[in-house]
Amino acid sequence: MPGASAVPRRPLPGALRASFGFLRSQPFAIAGLAIYLLFIVMAIFADQIATHDPREILFRGAYRVARYLPPSATHYLGTTAGGRDVFSQLVHGSRSALQVGVTAAFFVVVIGTLLGLLSGYLGGWVDKVIMRISDIILGLPFLPFVLVISALTRPGTTTLVASVALMLWPNTARVIRSQVLSLRERGWVEAARVTGCSTPRIIFVHIAPQVAPLAALYGSIAVGWAILTEASASFLGFGDPAAISWGLMLQDAFANQALSRGVWSWFVPPGLCIVLLVLAGFLVSRGSEKLLFPKLGD
Amino acid sequence: MKRFGARVAHAAFVLWAVATLTFLLFRLMPGDPTLNFLSDSFSEEMRADLLQSFGLDKPLPEQYLIYLGSLLRGDLGVSFLQKRPVLDILLAALPNTAALTVTALVIAYAFGIVAGAFLAFARGTVTEGIAIPAALITRAAPEFWLGMLLLSWLSFAWGIFPSGGANVAGSEFASEWARMTSADFLWHLILPALTLALYLQGLPLLLMRATMLEVLNDEFIVMARMKGLSRWAIVMRHAARNALLPVATAFALGLGSSFGGNVVIETVFSWPGLGRVLVSAVQGADYPLAQGAFIMISAVLVVMNMVADLLYAWLDPRVSVGARR
Repeated sequence: MPGASAVPRRPLPGALRASFGFLRSQPFAIAGLAIYLLFIVMAIFADQIATHDPREILFRGAYRVARYLPPSATHYLGTTAGGRDVFSQLVHGSRSALQVGVTAAFFVVVIGTLLGLLSGYLGGWVDKVIMRISDIILGLPFLPFVLVISALTRPGTTTLVASVALMLWPNTARVIRSQVLSLRERGWVEAARVTGCSTPRIIFVHIAPQVAPLAALYGSIAVGWAILTEASASFLGFGDPAAISWGLMLQDAFANQALSRGVWSWFVPPGLCIVLLVLAGFLVSRGSEKLLFPKLGD
Repeated sequence: MKRFGARVAHAAFVLWAVATLTFLLFRLMPGDPTLNFLSDSFSEEMRADLLQSFGLDKPLPEQYLIYLGSLLRGDLGVSFLQKRPVLDILLAALPNTAALTVTALVIAYAFGIVAGAFLAFARGTVTEGIAIPAALITRAAPEFWLGMLLLSWLSFAWGIFPSGGANVAGSEFASEWARMTSADFLWHLILPALTLALYLQGLPLLLMRATMLEVLNDEFIVMARMKGLSRWAIVMRHAARNALLPVATAFALGLGSSFGGNVVIETVFSWPGLGRVLVSAVQGADYPLAQGAFIMISAVLVVMNMVADLLYAWLDPRVSVGARR
């Protein structure tokens, strides 16, 4: 049979094989990726998984809002004070969490890497200006700044994501910059310069790929920061009131005496979901840290 | 001394930039800035009067100079809602935030340093396999959610601790000092401080463990071991001393960022501190108060960042403050 067995098995391309080997030796990173996968599936199939419409006010018999129902076969996690299904809200909450986390991380990585590259490679006044701006941003208190921005503009997810990106890029930029400072002195960069490569080409073709893993590391941490910030801002009443998010669920529970009534099934699950998703970012970054800085791990 | 001066000048620059940014933020936002600063309940005369006293009838550059001048004099304006000087309100809230932050940080760092050093020796054991993920989980949990859990468990279910506030309502004290040293205050402080400490301890723990592992491989430790020093002497006199350096810096940084980061914990526990002043001022559109609280929180952050840098240079002479990182 001229099938798969007859063809000599070709080794996987180097990078791919390296990452497979890396994954096998990194239980932390695997756990993190598994959690990400779980929530991505949950977000994609939210409509199928949820048992109710998360916004629908449910009734018990005629004209009686089904409030504070305990967990049951129809309501896995009970209902809220407003008579909405907690489980369905939880499932749909994964959408806004991933959306906020991923978009914020994307902007943090793009802005941070770009400015870090320019700052490190060009030096001079470009470096001075970028580093001064990052100094100023690091002098701003994180959450209070996000709150003030939300209050002065229109509160909502876009504002939150924008302010998180604005506050977090300096950390990434600084690390990338210091990496670039050492990379630009290496032989192959020198060689590229001598053969007449243009500055943009050296920065984006020769140096950028080298700092990409580092940028990804900071990105996976930014996912967690963005989700925590969204939760905190929503809890304080500065989130998008129309959205369904874990932070808003917790705010709803807190404001409606879920604590004194001991409705654990309402306020424990959203917090656990946040913990898991943020933790996944930590685990992935811890795993990739060992890949990036082999000296640290042993 | 020159390095010291340069670092102070740098902090002053950042403070000025933050103050300027705040000025622009609160005045250049869409909508009529005077509406932000004046509530509808004022009569036309009061309005004109206030406009003049705030300097809001003048062109922007002149307003800016007036603003910087009054900031330097410590004049932060008058709160719309409370009709009291902003500075008085902030200074009344500051001790509560300071007490909460310092207590929590001391608990967190005392625990984190000891546990971290211990874990450095427990490498590859089951204890490590449980403790490290546990530390990561506390860092991943939203502070306010940790607070909600403790509150529902220790306060509402078991009734051990009060559910909010800093003192029993209506209690009076001879002085601020008497209030803050009263058993009642400390009783109210435990739960929020514990929550904050639980959130904060992960950093010193992981940091202490990592630097300890690094230090234990250093040549001078090998040297000490060859000299035949006891394990205790090696750990305490040689390793821990060097490993404490980054932890001390993190403490100073933590003090700065917690002053602003306390916002959520103060809300969960109705703790009358700076963060809650900021949140309620922002919610109530009390802009002078919000602006003042924001500037004060930023100032604490900038000063503590500076202290952390100087501390680092003082503890480790190999680092020079003046050099760009």
